[in-house]
Order: sequence, then structure tokens, then C-alpha cells
Amino acid sequence: MGATPTVLVIGGGSTGCGIARDLAMRGLSVTLVEQGNLTHGTTGRMHGLLHSGGRYAVADQASARECIQETRVLEDIASHCVEETGGLFVKRPEDSEAYFERKLRGCAECGIPTEVLSGREARQREPYLAADVDKAIAVPDGAVDPFRLCVANAASAQNHGARIETHAEVTDLLVEAGEVVGAEVTHESGPGKRTHGKAGTTEEIEADHVINATGAWAGRIGDMAGLDVNVRPSKGVMTVMNVRQVDTVINRCIPKGNADIVVPHETTCILGTTDEEVEDPEDYPEAEWEVDLMIDELSKLLPVLQEARTIRSYWGVRPLYEPPGSGTADSEDITRDFFLLDHADRDGLPGLTTIVGGKFTTYRMMAEELSDHVCDRLGVSAACRTADVPLPGSRDERVLDDAMDEFGLTSPVARRSKQRLGDRAPDVLDTDDPNPVVCSCEGVTRAELQDAIAGSGTDLNAVRIRTRASMGNCQGGFCAHAMADELHPEYDAEQASAALDDLYQERWKGQRHALWGEQLSQAMLTYALHATTMNRDEGGIAADETVDFAAFDGGTPDGD
Amino acid sequence: MAIEQDVLVIGGGLAGVTAAVSAARTGADVRLVSYKQPTLRHASGLIDVLGYTPDGEGPLVDPVAALDDLPEGHPYERVGEDAVRAGLALFDDLAGDTYEGNHTERNALVPTQGGRVKPTARYPASTAAGLASDERDALLVGFERLVGFDAPLSAAQLNAAGAPFEARGATVEFPVELSADPKVTRFAHLLDRDEAGEESQDGSVRRALAERVTTHLDGEARVGFPAVLGDDHPEDVRAALETHLGVDVFEVPMGPPSLPGFRLEDRLYDALDAAGVRIETGNPVVGYETDGRDDDLIEAVTVDRNGATVPYAAEQFVLATGGLVGKGIDSDREGVAEPIFDCHVTHPPDRYDWFEDDAFGDHRFARFGVAPDRELRPRDARGTVEFDNLRAAGAVLGNYDFAAEKSGSGVSLATGHEAGRLAGDDT
Repeated sequence: MGATPTVLVIGGGSTGCGIARDLAMRGLSVTLVEQGNLTHGTTGRMHGLLHSGGRYAVADQASARECIQETRVLEDIASHCVEETGGLFVKRPEDSEAYFERKLRGCAECGIPTEVLSGREARQREPYLAADVDKAIAVPDGAVDPFRLCVANAASAQNHGARIETHAEVTDLLVEAGEVVGAEVTHESGPGKRTHGKAGTTEEIEADHVINATGAWAGRIGDMAGLDVNVRPSKGVMTVMNVRQVDTVINRCIPKGNADIVVPHETTCILGTTDEEVEDPEDYPEAEWEVDLMIDELSKLLPVLQEARTIRSYWGVRPLYEPPGSGTADSEDITRDFFLLDHADRDGLPGLTTIVGGKFTTYRMMAEELSDHVCDRLGVSAACRTADVPLPGSRDERVLDDAMDEFGLTSPVARRSKQRLGDRAPDVLDTDDPNPVVCSCEGVTRAELQDAIAGSGTDLNAVRIRTRASMGNCQGGFCAHAMADELHPEYDAEQASAALDDLYQERWKGQRHALWGEQLSQAMLTYALHATTMNRDEGGIAADETVDFAAFDGGTPDGD
Repeated sequence: MAIEQDVLVIGGGLAGVTAAVSAARTGADVRLVSYKQPTLRHASGLIDVLGYTPDGEGPLVDPVAALDDLPEGHPYERVGEDAVRAGLALFDDLAGDTYEGNHTERNALVPTQGGRVKPTARYPASTAAGLASDERDALLVGFERLVGFDAPLSAAQLNAAGAPFEARGATVEFPVELSADPKVTRFAHLLDRDEAGEESQDGSVRRALAERVTTHLDGEARVGFPAVLGDDHPEDVRAALETHLGVDVFEVPMGPPSLPGFRLEDRLYDALDAAGVRIETGNPVVGYETDGRDDDLIEAVTVDRNGATVPYAAEQFVLATGGLVGKGIDSDREGVAEPIFDCHVTHPPDRYDWFEDDAFGDHRFARFGVAPDRELRPRDARGTVEFDNLRAAGAVLGNYDFAAEKSGSGVSLATGHEAGRLAGDDT
């Protein structure tokens, strides 16, 4: 046998990272490039629902069966990313009785276990459910942290020899003699971890096969080789509450609709969503009506939401795809199934395969199918092992309980750290150095931040998604600057400053959609702290004008 | 028995306290009611008057000279330069030797926790040796378990900002065994008590800390610490450190909770007592009553005391309930309001016009507040005075962005002093 086959995966979302892990475990030489940080695209902008399949049990039973199967796999291999919350399909008096029965039957047909609850029983489980909710179907829905899962896949790939390059945008596909042979990549700050202020470079990465796993961006990559990949991006809003009003996933039991789900996620609940086709996956309106719709519609299930505090909203784009000629009018009706486009067969251009469509819950299965295909093309016979081998962090639950008391963390902080880090907790937290909490809202310690910085360089948004630091009620107001402090002295003052500005601006972006009541008060406090107490809005290092220090009060002559 | 005063001040922050003392000094009988802990303890303790113009010009050397150019409706424009000076004079009187800066009209530049410098008019005595226009080299010292002040990074930022001295930073372990995550007040109280220092023969925490810092000193004439040097005895703590180190010691202001804010709050509440102001905290003012004949005259405000609504009557009222942070201004998805008297608050109807997309943009929400006449009486949407005997002071006022201008304390002092004086004179 010749040299190890090389594969270039474009896209650092759940699919791309899943593929990188799968192929690396099969012994291929894998490079993954991502234009932003991991989860930069759709993965980082989902509601965090781990589908039992219940949502698809009437309209799309094939997807429903895949979901329940993959949910079981993830509970196994990614236990530190998954919270087995359970879910309810809740019926209001005006909702169709016939549909409720069809849902129940559909779940049975797909192997999704159910239990019918009376309104009273449902409210015993979730006391904030509306008093007039008739009844509910309990299903094994769950919550998943997409960031943690994606990062764990990337880490596993790296452990198997893969090279992961974030902030590396593909600027061209390399085509030679009618075959894709690699890609030209622009590193925002040079190869390796992101470093603010470092000059960019360009690199040509050659590969035996290139995989376009860029989701809603797949059309752009296709364009580079003159291929028509007709992704139909569809946006949806997610509105984040400041607390968990529910501990169970709450779905409304209706055929389809906007604003019909509440997912408990870490310390918050996430309300979702809308479904609107957009032209450009990076530039679309984030509209006030969408946020209002979430609150007003979901208040019918959970009246407490009407007066509750939201801390931010964000939007994601679904990478919906349908084969040419399908012509579905409403994006809500486009299939959630995934498609593997072999461009050799489809367009006569070997060396490139695109994967589009699909759902987060079934990312691993998609990765497996694509990896099988690529291995087949490359003549590799190794089998997929990703369903059986746990991800880093989920390898050994026993490690956790034994070790946690040793790190001097007070119990809520220890519990939170343990949930996030899984079996990596001892490695990360076992430090002789002082280890104070830096983000109080989410209980994130210095050691956990330093571990994340080791993985992602100066990119504090990447540190954020690894640790949840700055994702709580204050949205970084009280900790963003302290997070930036952690970059020093490995990185210099200018880099720490730029990284802080990036994080602060990103936190502001989502908060803009939550600016009334308590959160507006919080935003003003944050603004006052950063502008008044720290004077961060004026006179930074980059300021052009130099200050005439001598013109100001230099103190009284006698000192004190 | 009915509660009745000449002047009733609602709100216990800098503006409320200033208004109460100012009214009491006219001879009026004054009561101050405040609901929650004042936002003073969130603030750095610096007394900013005007650091930048509303257009962002600055840092301003002379804040008073810039007052003339402020736009109509700005609180300083409403009360005028004399009120600004009077407010500062009152503060100087109340703060005594715990604050400095009144020897000049020029702003001082104070290093912040992140290593920026900030223009301010008055500063705690504990900060005085740290001024950025002082050309003596400085060593900044942080504590391992105290996040938010990374001394080496802060020093690097100061040097990069062109400060006329060399700053260096060092991080030390506090010389007392601490939990992983001590509160800022823990450091302060250990230094106040000055016991149980492990390394020093006499058990002094101050001495033990100084010994740890001495090893890092390299000829610097001053040493800066995060602002945790004592709560009850900050002068003693600082003096002891100066003696042991043989150099000047200063504090770098920190975010909430802020020890300089706590100390100022204590000082001001002592001053309220001394002025004979009755103080009541913990119960919210929830509404008001008129006598039924004249809707323009408030007869009493109603206070919620454990569920019972109790009227507090007075001749004159001062609204000093704070802005968005202090909840003197409230909002929901539909609009912005002043919750007690429902005074008019100008705001765009669409909440997506309340902010800018840039995190430090010219946010409309930062200027939300009531719009008073020149006697600080809030006006309705048509410009008519809402109530003849209600004045407003401090952050409940609109038309200025205290965070961008660095004008929060100055506006509270100027308008608090003016509102209290006018209220007292009218009784």
C-alpha cells in the first residue's frame, strides 16, 4: 500500500468535525479548515435540542427513526455534552385531537417510547405549564451542548493525528486536469491557533479528496469549481431566557409552526423558532417581530414567559437542500434529510464531495455515511468506530466523582466544571496554582479558561463556547475583561485588548434583541462599568491622539 | 401618626444624599427614603464632572470651561455653572480629607483597572499617589486570587498609552491562606483587622504583604494595589504599607463591589445623620396622592411597608431614584417610563431605535430620563411642568450619557444640590 490517503474537510461545524474524527480514526491523514471558530456557522446557532424523533414522527418517519437511534448513541459516546431532560408534546384546547393521536401512533411506529400525561400530570412535572393545557405526550428528548460536542469531535480528531485550522477561510479550490486536488486557504493570523494582531498568510493544502461540509455556505464552495449546489438557507431565531423556566423540552403538539419549542439549556431556556428562507447565510435581517413572536406564542404554553427576562437572541441558518427540480415553495416543507453529492458522478468533477441538509442530531450518522463513501473512493477499507468509542470527556464517568473534591472548588462551581469537562476535569483542574472563579454567572475558573486558551489562542469567543464563560445573565459585563487578562503574559497587551473588544462586541450583538426591563438595566450597568469605571470606550492603545499628561492635575505638591 | 416633612427625598444615592443635605442646610425638615442599596457601591468612587464632551472630544483638561458648549436640555445646561461649583463645594465639605482634587479646576487622569486612564475631578485620597500625570515610576501589584486586575497587563497598557512614567506589574499571593475564591471585602477586612499574617513575626497582615511586595520593588517611588486596602480603616492600612515599603501607596479603582464606593457611602450617610436628615431604607415608594383639588400638587407619596400602603406627606419632593441601573427609569417591550410619578420620558417608539449596533455606540438608552425645566421640575411631553412641588436630580434625568461623558457624579452633585436647595427654599 502507498502513502496514507489525505483528505481536506472544509467546515468546522458538527458535520465537518464529525467527518474529521471519523476519517482520522480510520487512519486517514485529515486536515480540517474553518473560516471562523469551530461551530461558527449553523452548529453554534441552534437551539440545542437532541431530537427523540418525536417532532418528525408524523411527517418524516425516516428522519424520526434516525433521530431516536442517534440520540441513543450520543447519550453513550457524548454523555458530558448531553442532558437527558425528557420532552413533552403539549396540547392546548384549540390544538387538534386527531393530530395528537397521530403523533402518538407515529412515535410508536418509529420506536420512540411515549407516555400520555393528563394536563394535571404534565403540570406536576412542569409547574409553569399553562392551566388550560389538556394533556401531553412524554418522549425522550434531550438537550445537547453543540459547542462542547463539536469541540470534543475536533479534539478526538486531533488525538488521531488530524490537523484542525480555525480562522482559515478557503479562498479557492485547486483544480488540476479536471480534478479537485486541494484548496487555497487564507489564515487570518497565520496557521495554528488564532492570535490577534498577527499577519495573515496564504497556504495551498493538497489532498486526495476534498469534502465540502460547509452547510449553508456549500454553494459558495461549489461556485469556486463552477458547480451548482443549490442550498436554500433558512433562518430561525432563538431567544435565550435568564433562567430555566422548565427542566423538560416543551414542544407544542401541532403539525408545524413557528415558536413551538422551549429547550432547557445549561442555566437558561431557549425559545425557538422561525423558518424563513434567506438569500445570504451571513447577511439577513434579524427582526424584532421574531423575538416578539417567540415570547407571545410560547407564553400560551408557559405564561410566565410573558414577564420573564431574556438575555439575548441569536439567529441560525438551516442548510436546507433539495435536489434540482423539487421546487418546494415553503422552506418549512423542505426535507430535513441530508444529501451526499459526489461531484464525479453528478458533475464529472472528481476529488470533491459535498454534504448538505440534515440535522444536528444525526451529524454522526451523516459523517459515517460520507466517510464510507470517501473511503470507498480512496480504496480504504477501515470501518467506522465513532458510534462505539466515547468522545474525550465522556470516556470514564467514574474519574469524576473521585477527583472533584480535590480541586478546592466550592460545590456548585465543581458541579458545573464537572458537567462541562466530563472526564477531562481532573486533567484541567488539577493545578497547584490559585484557581479563582473568573466568570461567576457560569462558575468558570481560571484553570478551565487557561485550558481553553491553550486550545484556541487569543480568540475569546472560542474560549467562551468551550467554557460558557460570559454566557450568563451579565453577558460578560463582569468577566469579559477578566477573561482577557488571562491571555497575558502569553499574549501581549495589544492582543489582549483586541481580543476583549471582539468578545465584548459579540456579546453585545445578541443582547440588542433583549433590551428592555431587567436586561436593559443590566446592559446599562455593563456599559457604565466598561465606559465609566474602565474608560474602555475612549483613549485605548490604538487612539491616534496622544494625551498631554502634563496639562492635567498632577496631585498636590505635598503628596498626601 | 401621619408622616409629614418639609422635604421628602426619594432615593439614597449620591444625588439623593446631596439633595437631602442641601435641603437640610436651608433649615428644612428632611426625610430620605430609599428602597435598595444605592448604586454608589457599584461605582469606582471617583467623582467625575466632565471628561469628554457629548461629541467625544477629550479628555478635557478643564471640565468647567466646557460647560458652556453643552446642548440645551443637558442637566448641566439646566442648572448652570454656579450649581456645578456649588455641588462640588458641598461634596468637598462632606468628603473632607478623604478626597482630593479641589486644589485645581483641572481634571486628574486616574489609572483604571484595565490600564486606561480616566479624567476625573475629585478622587479618593487613597488614589492620589497614583495619578497618571505624576512622573514617578510605579509598581502595580495584583493578587493571585483577585480577578479583574492583572497588574502586569495593566502596567503594559499604561506604558502603551504613553503615560509619563514607567509602570511595572507584579502578582503576589495574599499573605493569608484564602479560599479559592475570596470576595473583595475579604481582602479589605483582613487588612483592617491586621491579624494572622503567616510570615511576619508580629502577625501583621500589612507587614507580611509589604514584605512580599518589597522583593518586587526596583526603585519605584510608588506602589499601586487594587482598591481593597481596608473598608473601615483605609488610612491606617495605607499608612502602614507606606511605612513598611518606604514608598507612596495608592489604590487603583475597581468595578463592583467597590470598596471606595462603600467608604464614600458610609461617609455620606454619616453626613446625613449629622445634618439631621431622617433616613428610612428598605421600603419602596410605589405611588403618590394629590389632594383632589389640584392635580399639579403632590400631597404625599405612598410607601409599601410590608404590603401596607402608607402615605408620606411633604411640601416638596425630590426624585432621585437613579436611571436604568437604579430602576428610577423602567422599561418593557412597549416603552420607557418613570414608575413612581409617571413623569414623561422621551424615547423612540420602536425599541430597536434605543440602541446602536456598536457596543460603545451613541446609545439612545443611555440618555433616557426625565426632562426638567431650569428649576429641575420634570416636564411632560408638551413641555409643561408635571408637578409644582416635584424636582428631579441625578441619573433619573435624561439628555446626557454619563458613561461616555464621564459626568455621572458631577451631575448628581450639581442637580442634587440645586434640587435640594430649591425644595428647601420653597418650604
